[in-house]
Amino acid sequence: MATQHSRSVARLMMAPAVVLLLGWMLVPLTMTLYFSFKKYLPLRGGDLGWVGFDNYVRFVSSSSFWPAVQATLMIVGGVLVITVMLGILLAMLLDQPMWGQGVVRILVIAPFFVMPTVSALVWKNMFMDPVNGLLAHLWRFFGAEPISWLSEASMTSIIMIVSWQWLPFATLILLTAIQSLDSEQLEAAEMDGAPVLKRFYHIILPHLSRAITIVILIQTIFLLSIFAEIFVTTGGAFGTRTLTYLIFQRVLESQNVGLGSAGGVYAIILANIVAIFLMRIVGKNLDA
Amino acid sequence: MGRIQLKSVTKSFGDVQVIPPLDLTIEDGEFTVFVGPSGCGKSTLLRLIAGLEDITSGSIDIDGSDATDVPPAKRGLAMVFQSYALYPHMTVRKNIAFPLRMAKLDQVEIDKRVEGAASVLNLTDYLDRRPGQLSGGQRQRVAIGRAIVREPAAFLFDEPLSNLDAALRVGMRLEISELHERLATTMIYVTHDQVEAMTMADKIVVLQAGVIEQVGSPLELYRTPRNLFVAGFIGSPKMNFIEGPEAAKHGAQTIGIRPEHIAVSETEGEWSGIVSVSEHLGSDTFFHVHETGLAETITVRADGEVGFRHGDRIHLTPRVDVIHRFDAQGLRIE
Repeated sequence: MATQHSRSVARLMMAPAVVLLLGWMLVPLTMTLYFSFKKYLPLRGGDLGWVGFDNYVRFVSSSSFWPAVQATLMIVGGVLVITVMLGILLAMLLDQPMWGQGVVRILVIAPFFVMPTVSALVWKNMFMDPVNGLLAHLWRFFGAEPISWLSEASMTSIIMIVSWQWLPFATLILLTAIQSLDSEQLEAAEMDGAPVLKRFYHIILPHLSRAITIVILIQTIFLLSIFAEIFVTTGGAFGTRTLTYLIFQRVLESQNVGLGSAGGVYAIILANIVAIFLMRIVGKNLDA
Repeated sequence: MGRIQLKSVTKSFGDVQVIPPLDLTIEDGEFTVFVGPSGCGKSTLLRLIAGLEDITSGSIDIDGSDATDVPPAKRGLAMVFQSYALYPHMTVRKNIAFPLRMAKLDQVEIDKRVEGAASVLNLTDYLDRRPGQLSGGQRQRVAIGRAIVREPAAFLFDEPLSNLDAALRVGMRLEISELHERLATTMIYVTHDQVEAMTMADKIVVLQAGVIEQVGSPLELYRTPRNLFVAGFIGSPKMNFIEGPEAAKHGAQTIGIRPEHIAVSETEGEWSGIVSVSEHLGSDTFFHVHETGLAETITVRADGEVGFRHGDRIHLTPRVDVIHRFDAQGLRIE
């Protein structure tokens, strides 16, 4: 199969795709780097020449930089904890034989099909509205003062919305993993005298470790760049300005492309640091 | 110790009764084999004894006390599964130690018992490996090791050798038999392979569709099968069944003659026929003979040196003293 000839043909035929993907990555990256070293204000004079590392220094020394990093990590961390924990519980629940299993599974996956903008708007207007929202009605039903979620508990609200969107993904991956667990292993553990919780801890959880790793890695990549949920709810106010949102504000609201590009480079570095951490903590699960 | 008694035990899945009322006593220290074709309920019966399935009615006594509602872990039984069911993320040492850790034994005792089991089963060099790095036979031994460290009242084996290749199976068969001799603990062993049943058992329980067809020692079953099913199931190659006038001569609906109880001759015999297939195993030769004037093809076992080939005419003489006779219901006539 893999003769010298077929291998070189394979390389030749893969080349267009590789070149395209490489260009797709390299062009924006190079342009970001290029602009990050320029003073470029589209509505206030355009390209005003090279400024060295000026943009980088200004971006970091801005009073909104560290709060933005903190907000980003809080959202990512909060959503990961909630989706993984609830995901494991839901997956185990859905693994039980029950009537209408197929329909229930599709319903559980449904939130993943809703566009982020739409789901954030639905949450904002239907659930979290302090006057007409469902949650406000619920609070009033119990005689409590409704919370204006997005201003008083802005971070919690956003974590709730994003968790709702990503829970189906975690559940789906974990469910397939749970289904692949050999039921004889659980029976053996039962005979060996392990009660339910110990069976979960010693058999189910280790079996899920690889799936949990995958969920964490994939979700982190996507959660670092969430934008629509913040844009349509708080608009970055009340301490919910993430790094992604800060960059957006620098480029489009302040019309400072150079400063925003420098922020973009920081975001790339941050994402890589997180990725290295994750790979070191959980990467060994992937080799086994 | 390990006396297990089933009293009119039944099991139904929904409306389907897979085990009609069944009584069985397994004596302490006995090696009992449940044997039957696939789907006969033998594994279900084992799982009922283990407590992994609830019985629908009846009761199970272990050591003279009622264990019907006792959870599996408290029954004092250890089980070896068909897939071995080792914990893949734990080393061999941790696998074997798992039941002891669950029983909250102290570490010194755990180490002692694990080392003991490992040396008995030749696993000492593999204690720090994971199940994925072991061969089929070694995994099987780890599963047995996990069972013996608990010092159970009885061992339950669910087709433990069916995933091994033929050579390894013979070896493990001997090892399990030796283990039984040494531990003298009750063992219940489920298999569909009558050779395993014959070679290992003190007592064989032949099951068909959840019903016990016969209980007895291997030779009892071989010499005096109670009905056609047991006669056909025990022994290899299968017993020849002959119906019609030939059977009527012996005053039976059906007569059964084992292939090894028919003499082969080139010149004379009671029946004469043509060899259709001859299987030369070296030690034995099996001839499948047709056109004997009987409706059935007759299988005959002869010495390995007998060299008839396809198409040869041979003469057969059954040994009259070992002909099994069965009536219209398929039951044995004494």
